[in-house]
Amino acid sequence: MYRIVSAQFLAENIKKIEIEAPRIAKKRNAGQFVMIRVDESGERVPLTIADSNPEKGTITIIVQGMGKTTRELNSKNTGDTITDVVGPLGAPSHIEKFGTVVSIGGGVGTAIAYPTAVALKKAGNYVITINGARSKDLVILEKEMTTVSDEAYITTDDGSYGFHGFVTQKLQELIDSGRTIDYVLAIGPIPMMKAIAEVTRPYHIKTVVSLNPIMVDGTGMCGGCRVTVDKQIKFACVDGPEFDAHLVDFKNLSDRNKIYLPEEKQSAEAYVHRCNLIKSV
Amino acid sequence: MDAQHITTKERLAIPRQVMPAQSPEVRVNNFNEVHLGYTPELAQKEALRCIQCRNPACVKGCPVNIKIDQFIKMIAEGNFLGAAKKIKEDNVLPAICGRVCPQEDQCEKMCILAKKHESVAIGNLERFAADYERETGNVELPSVKSSTGKKVAVIGSGPAGLSCANDLIQMGHAVTVFEALHELGGVLVYGIPEFRLPKKIVKAEIEGLKQLGVKFVTNAVAGRSITVDELMKEEGFDAVFIGVGAGLPWFMGIPGENMLGVYSANEFLTRVNLMKSYQFPENDTPVFNCKGKNVAVFGGGNTALDAVRTAKRLGAEHAYIIYRRSEAEMPARLEELHHAQKEGIEFMLLTNPVEFIGNDQQWLTGVKCIRMELGEPDDSGRRKPIPIPDSEFTLPIDMAIISIGNGSNPLIKQTTPDIDVSKRDTIVVDINTMATSKENVYAGGDIVTGGATVILAMGAGRTAAAAINEKLMGTRAV
Ligand SMILES: Cc1cc2nc3c(=O)[nH]c(=O)nc-3n(C[C@H](O)[C@H](O)[C@H](O)COP(=O)(O)OP(=O)(O)OC[C@H]3O[C@@H](n4cnc5c(N)ncnc54)[C@H](O)[C@@H]3O)c2cc1C
Ligand SMILES: Cc1cc2nc3c(=O)[nH]c(=O)nc-3n(C[C@H](O)[C@H](O)[C@H](O)COP(=O)(O)OP(=O)(O)OC[C@H]3O[C@@H](n4cnc5c(N)ncnc54)[C@H](O)[C@@H]3O)c2cc1C
Ligand code: SF4
Ligand code: SF4
Ligand code: FES
Repeated sequence: MYRIVSAQFLAENIKKIEIEAPRIAKKRNAGQFVMIRVDESGERVPLTIADSNPEKGTITIIVQGMGKTTRELNSKNTGDTITDVVGPLGAPSHIEKFGTVVSIGGGVGTAIAYPTAVALKKAGNYVITINGARSKDLVILEKEMTTVSDEAYITTDDGSYGFHGFVTQKLQELIDSGRTIDYVLAIGPIPMMKAIAEVTRPYHIKTVVSLNPIMVDGTGMCGGCRVTVDKQIKFACVDGPEFDAHLVDFKNLSDRNKIYLPEEKQSAEAYVHRCNLIKSV
Repeated sequence: MDAQHITTKERLAIPRQVMPAQSPEVRVNNFNEVHLGYTPELAQKEALRCIQCRNPACVKGCPVNIKIDQFIKMIAEGNFLGAAKKIKEDNVLPAICGRVCPQEDQCEKMCILAKKHESVAIGNLERFAADYERETGNVELPSVKSSTGKKVAVIGSGPAGLSCANDLIQMGHAVTVFEALHELGGVLVYGIPEFRLPKKIVKAEIEGLKQLGVKFVTNAVAGRSITVDELMKEEGFDAVFIGVGAGLPWFMGIPGENMLGVYSANEFLTRVNLMKSYQFPENDTPVFNCKGKNVAVFGGGNTALDAVRTAKRLGAEHAYIIYRRSEAEMPARLEELHHAQKEGIEFMLLTNPVEFIGNDQQWLTGVKCIRMELGEPDDSGRRKPIPIPDSEFTLPIDMAIISIGNGSNPLIKQTTPDIDVSKRDTIVVDINTMATSKENVYAGGDIVTGGATVILAMGAGRTAAAAINEKLMGTRAV
């Protein structure tokens, strides 16, 4: 059992949860994740370690309520427990002094990009962050991102805050302004990562994305998380989750992620129904 | 007829006792165990068939040399608990081995009766004695020597790790088992299905180890959560045993392998057995909905048969085994093969897939195959399959399960480079002691041999335990 020591919403449907897991807190590096099973009948789902506190023995995850498991997780509060937390998994982010790096987070992707941005800053890079959200109230980690950045931008699709438009437009603007960009890290929905890859491709800017295939064990045992990179099979949980954006087959990833759509819908509906029943009692 | 007054002729006249089983029509609709076990009467009758050889060949056929003649005599005399104890002198997981050992290639193959009659059903009797002991609540904990003050870490809770932990704790060492998954038991829980090995049996064995004082840490991935060096330097373990199995599924490298509906056997079996997705939506983890669908499993080993029988139980209309050699070369156990045939599994032998075919959303719709014929024997001694020109055909399928074997998980190798590995990434050991190239680090089971058997993994765990004891205590094991 893993105890939750604090939990609060950062935006509607996005919760920050700090969990007691001393071994993981001590070992984890930027870019790594944990697999969480909320309870005995739960599914194992991967979540990035957004932050850790080795002294306190805690890790922080930032969760967007998508389906059954993430919503259930987001219903947890301080003092509640989670049955299984295993990690740190995945290969750590590749960190070196590249020069000028742009770290781009879309939606909850910002939470996944954040720890890597911190590590890139520590390695002596000039860090530009672009933090994209649909609208102002969905912007997360604004303060944290500003602190690690030499330049921080926010974009909103509806223009309710920061730059009006997509993260790709902001990136294109930076490139067009003639600045040298040595490295781009982009994490968010698959269409966003694919679009970023297309923005940087003509300029041969090294671009890395963090992929989110469906995982089961997270240790390289099942092959369910396989992705196609440079026409080869890679297991995202051990070879990744970060890969060269210009070599990833995004179509295959987005197709594969749809395999359980009917079951996911069924689970989520049953969960909401149960919650409503409990509320009405 | 009783055990004292029976002639050899009378013994030989008794036919081999068939173990009662669920009928095929019933069992394809449930996940309960296929075999129901001997009654005490059946067991005694079967035990009477053993002619009590003075120089029993069966014992040599068993990788851990169970005193087969002696335990069978005890069963014949009705001393079932004594038989269980006798078996446990050599095998710590008899209820499991009695069920899943390839007996026909080991103890039973060597049984003297196998030549002219049918061999004694040694596996069934072993299983009976162990089940009797457990079900009547008579499992006695072995005695544990006084503490040696030494600490040993065991990585992996499959049969290799469990048997190593069992021996070490009895020798008086403090033992902690680190397991990557949330459940203990390795392939016994995530690979071999409930209908062949009920999980409650594995649980009972592990419970026994806990009572002896073995500590278990789940959710601990060696190489990620903790490294071998950290275990020894920071956590004070005097020795480490690595029993992490062979867990990195191979794919075939043919076009379309990443389509929706193509699984590795590991993923399919893990979803169903470990995550219990056959009880979706009560359990959250989904698995491909096999109901009314055509499912093909590629491969011919135990894993392939487990996968295809599982798909059938999940409601598959057609469940195929597609294997590139013929039945004689199939590595699966004969008994399982027969069970599968009776359950309506369709075998397409001498057939090899060349390409998966899908629709525009990349959902699998079929597999293009080619027919094979057998040529000269290859390195493995089996006749090499060669494609017959122009024999391609397409089989419509909705789901494919690839079961062509496993490589070694790279996590330990990456984080502990001073442990020597072979070209195939298996860990290299001295087979007499299971010692690796790294001081005080031992390894055994599938991570050393590549995919093998439960009994061999168990034997390796025991060999390592004896060597570790000797090393830590500076004496020969007594
Ligand atoms: C390496 C990695 C790191 C991630 N980090 C974060 C994070 O920090 N914060 C966050 O909010 N989300 C993160 N995700 C995504 C998160 O794992 C999924 O949103 C979650 O599993 C959805 O589960 P669900 O039951 O709530 O939703 P479902 O209704 O089951 O699924 C919604 C969608 O999530 C994906 N998904 C479903 N099951 C799994 C699974 N077992 N493994 C992976 N994806 C799945 C599928 O694309 C699916 O369509 C990460 C994913 C990966 C692979
Ligand atoms: C589907 C299937 C059916 C089979 N049927 C039979 C049969 O009928 N008869 C038979 O004799 N054999 C059978 N086998 C083979 C047999 O199960 C194996 O040979 C045996 O389990 C090997 O034991 P092991 O202890 O070496 O490894 P495993 O049983 O594989 O256990 C290894 C354990 O280590 C854990 N682990 C892995 N990496 C790490 C890490 N880095 N840190 C911590 N823990 C880790 C794993 O999660 C696992 O729990 C079958 C195998 C499969 C897959
Ligand atoms: S352990 Fe296996 S080989 Fe040995 S006696 Fe039992 S069934 Fe036979
Ligand atoms: S070889 Fe067969 S008959 Fe002889 S002791 Fe062994 S089991 Fe009995
Ligand atoms: S999640 Fe199973 S191999 Fe990656």
